[in-house]
Amino acid sequence: MADLSADFVGIKSPNPFWLASAPPTDKEYNVRRAFEAGWGGVVWKTLGEAGPPVVNVNGPRYGAIWGADRRLLGLNNIELITDRPLEVNLREIKAVKRDYPDRALVVSLMVPCEEEAWKRILPLVEETGADGVELNFGCPHGMSERGMGSAVGQVPEYIEMVTRWVKQNTRMPCIVKLTPNITDVRRPAEAAHRGGADAVSLINTINSITSVDLDLFAPEPTIDGKGAHGGYCGPAVKPIALNMVAEIARNPETANLPISGIGGVTTWRDAAEFMALGAGNVQVCTAAMTYGFKIVQEMITGLGQWMDEKGHDSIDAIVGRAVPNCSDWQNLNLNYITKARISQEDCIKCGRCYAACEDTSHQAISMSEDRTFEVIDEECVACNLCVNVCPVEGCITMEELAPGATDLRTGKVVEATPADWTTHPNNPARVAAE
Amino acid sequence: MDATATPGIEAGRLSPEDYAKNFSDLHPAYDAHEAQVAADRCYFCHDAPCITACPTDIDIPLFIRQIATGAELAAADTILSQNILGGMCARVCPTETLCEEACVREAAEGKPVEIGRLQRHATDTLMATGRHPFTRAAATGKTVAVVGAGPAGLACAHRLAMHGHDVTLYDARPKGGGLNEYGIASYKTVDGFAQAELDWLLEIGGITLKTGTALGSDLTLDGLLGEHDAVFLGMGLGGVNALRAEGEGKAGVEDAVDFIARLRQADDLATVPVGKRVVVIGGGMTAVDAAVQAKLLGAQDVAMVYRRGRDAMGASRFEQDLAASKGVRIVFNAQPVKVEGNGAATGVVFERTASGPDGLVATGETFVIEADQVLKAIGQRLDGTPDGLTLAGNKIAVDGPGRTSHDRVWAGGDCAAGGEDLTVTAVAEGRDAAEDIHAKLMGKG
Ligand SMILES: Cc1cc2nc3c(=O)[nH]c(=O)nc-3n(C[C@H](O)[C@H](O)[C@H](O)COP(=O)(O)OP(=O)(O)OC[C@H]3O[C@@H](n4cnc5c(N)ncnc54)[C@H](O)[C@@H]3O)c2cc1C
Ligand SMILES: Cc1cc2nc3c(=O)[nH]c(=O)nc-3n(C[C@H](O)[C@H](O)[C@H](O)COP(=O)(O)O)c2cc1C
Ligand code: SF4
Repeated sequence: MADLSADFVGIKSPNPFWLASAPPTDKEYNVRRAFEAGWGGVVWKTLGEAGPPVVNVNGPRYGAIWGADRRLLGLNNIELITDRPLEVNLREIKAVKRDYPDRALVVSLMVPCEEEAWKRILPLVEETGADGVELNFGCPHGMSERGMGSAVGQVPEYIEMVTRWVKQNTRMPCIVKLTPNITDVRRPAEAAHRGGADAVSLINTINSITSVDLDLFAPEPTIDGKGAHGGYCGPAVKPIALNMVAEIARNPETANLPISGIGGVTTWRDAAEFMALGAGNVQVCTAAMTYGFKIVQEMITGLGQWMDEKGHDSIDAIVGRAVPNCSDWQNLNLNYITKARISQEDCIKCGRCYAACEDTSHQAISMSEDRTFEVIDEECVACNLCVNVCPVEGCITMEELAPGATDLRTGKVVEATPADWTTHPNNPARVAAE
Repeated sequence: MDATATPGIEAGRLSPEDYAKNFSDLHPAYDAHEAQVAADRCYFCHDAPCITACPTDIDIPLFIRQIATGAELAAADTILSQNILGGMCARVCPTETLCEEACVREAAEGKPVEIGRLQRHATDTLMATGRHPFTRAAATGKTVAVVGAGPAGLACAHRLAMHGHDVTLYDARPKGGGLNEYGIASYKTVDGFAQAELDWLLEIGGITLKTGTALGSDLTLDGLLGEHDAVFLGMGLGGVNALRAEGEGKAGVEDAVDFIARLRQADDLATVPVGKRVVVIGGGMTAVDAAVQAKLLGAQDVAMVYRRGRDAMGASRFEQDLAASKGVRIVFNAQPVKVEGNGAATGVVFERTASGPDGLVATGETFVIEADQVLKAIGQRLDGTPDGLTLAGNKIAVDGPGRTSHDRVWAGGDCAAGGEDLTVTAVAEGRDAAEDIHAKLMGKG
């Protein structure tokens, strides 16, 4: 099988699957069992300052969104950083690292925005033998009200400042964990880079209210009649996370900054997608919280099988491979023309494509008395909506028109040379085509 | 000795647990989660084929989506506004030849959305609230006589009452419900559902149910027409076709519908006698129900004998498989010649048949099946037609929404020509006739 071992900013792990900083990594018992199950590494649940630990609510912490058969699609939480004493966590980290030297063990940290606070905690972490630190600038609830977490992550100057303090006060690699609750994720990533970060990890959770109790008229999860916004994660956030990872990977200023991809990773395929967009490894939280530690076995074997099939012999062979294909809209080829094609053999005659195209798109599908559905090439703009609503995979496909063929919608012959918006005659700001 | 081996026609062949187990729900109710999962499989098809396949045109994708979004009561309203006996139909419809056969997922993967069970989930949820969801329009002052309180009569009466007419509903039997109460297999409608649904339906108000009152002996059509503005006939098929085989009069030989009615009316199944060896003659739904229930009552051997081949059988493949799975032996291509026995039946002589160019021919080859009980299920027919009405074949001729040859008399359900003899068809015909009567009475027809 392909070699799945990963070297992320000098931190080695037998596979690229790490558990993200969260309940699965909150204590020695969990982490030992996670390592036994096969996880390549963990980021320990975020530690705070010495002294009395934070307290969590005693009512429900989670809200959820479900799909078919109650499959969990999105999870929301209002949990804080670890509520166990600092000394206990440090002692356990040391014991686990000693017993699992081949696994990655990174410690997540969140202390107040004062250099002294960071100077106090960093040596304590170093002393455990941990492989690195992750700065939690992402937690969007509770801790942010106290000036930490995403309150720092939303101000690039603070990110740069704190990262610099950390780099000056420890030899350990420093990963900066970013919040998605900003408008342009490139700015905080650039700030981390300027501060000397070895890598960024993203995303942390997204501000959210998952649902409202319509009897109490209160957001859920509801604590004694009230609810606070939480952080959203799980499969539902993956598209947002993928885009943010790609934005950073494509940005020339951060192009060489390693990325740890997080957000909705549930299967080996999700992981491969993150890595193709530039992530050197992935971190997982919700999938483990939903299915238990064992899922890593699916991830390891699935990724290995795919890499073998495709002839990718190492993780390095896949990381960033899709980045050059991430384009701006204006550079997409407008001469690439496709038409929807419905396979009558596979069609089960549900008519969903018809309803979608007829009611909401381009009236490009016809329906006969006997429920035969056909694409009207004169009208089809190739939007792909019919493909997406069709319940039968592969029944509707998009067929490329070869150069020289006529697009019946526009009456124009398909050209072989690409042309994009930058040179299009309708673009008032066009540049002359060479 | 094992009570199933006792010769003759005997009651109490099984233990109380076995009776309870054998006659439990054929398609048990979903729990809430199962209903969600099942509802989620619906594709919400455009102009859905299942709607067309339902004789009452229920908007199936809409009610399933309502279930999927947790609005079961709204789902029930969608169903009941088209089919007031949606609860019974959910239990008894041969969905495998109706809506579920048309489901695109049947075409796609041979596993349709379970429309019947979803329908039951919605209607049961509503009925558990004790609420009747329909109210009556302002009184019209018109009165209509409905003869027969089976599915056709009930659907007609309910729709008329809703439109503000006063309805008198006559039935010859001691209880209303028609075959819902006396005919449908008991494992399809457990726990007295037929009467519960009847009571719930009558809550609309404006319907006076008079049981034990028969057209022909207690009432005449002319008399009804004198007292009411219109008459709807929904008498079903009270008569039974004769076997025309020698020895039909021997003890132990009876009509399957009578056997079933006795079983349906029994408070305790242990009191219902059944043969050790039972032969059921016929190939329709009634034959299957009689055979299966005889087996479930503890008969040791049950054979169902049909004169033609499998494909010609009235019972659907699902029903045939059900019978086979309960241990009923189905014999094709044989017709009865003679019931043997000295006073009481001991067996039936059958003759092999073959289908020739001029229909079925007897081959002369005979065989005997031993039996102490013989149930005849070779079809029901109309029993006594009111004078003056035109017939089509053996049924009352109707035109469009149940119009008979008399301009103030409508008919629907099994007694009227056209349509399959099914509960759901009876409901559709009763409902449509009511709309037509309403239009006529209000001067819009
Ligand atoms: C054994 C059996 C099993 C069946 N199983 C199914 C099944 O699983 N699914 C399905 O869809 N269909 C089934 N059917 C068919 C279904 O029951 C009928 O199609 C349906 O009941 C017809 O409804 P109806 O209202 O026309 O007649 P009925 O249900 O027969 O009701 C007629 C009513 O009229 C009354 N009546 C008759 N004569 C008079 C009179 N002279 N005066 C006053 N009242 C009178 C009767 O007492 C009865 O109450 C089955 C039928 C039988 C016999
Ligand atoms: C209950 C819960 C607690 C979390 N606590 C932390 C935390 O203490 N520190 C942190 O950096 N991220 C925390 N996270 C965020 C996760 O590490 C991760 O970034 C996020 O859940 C997205 O990944 P996922 O989609 O795989 O769950 C928490 C998430 C959950 C669900
Ligand atoms: S691709 Fe879009 S426009 Fe073309 S047929 Fe499908 S839905 Fe209609």
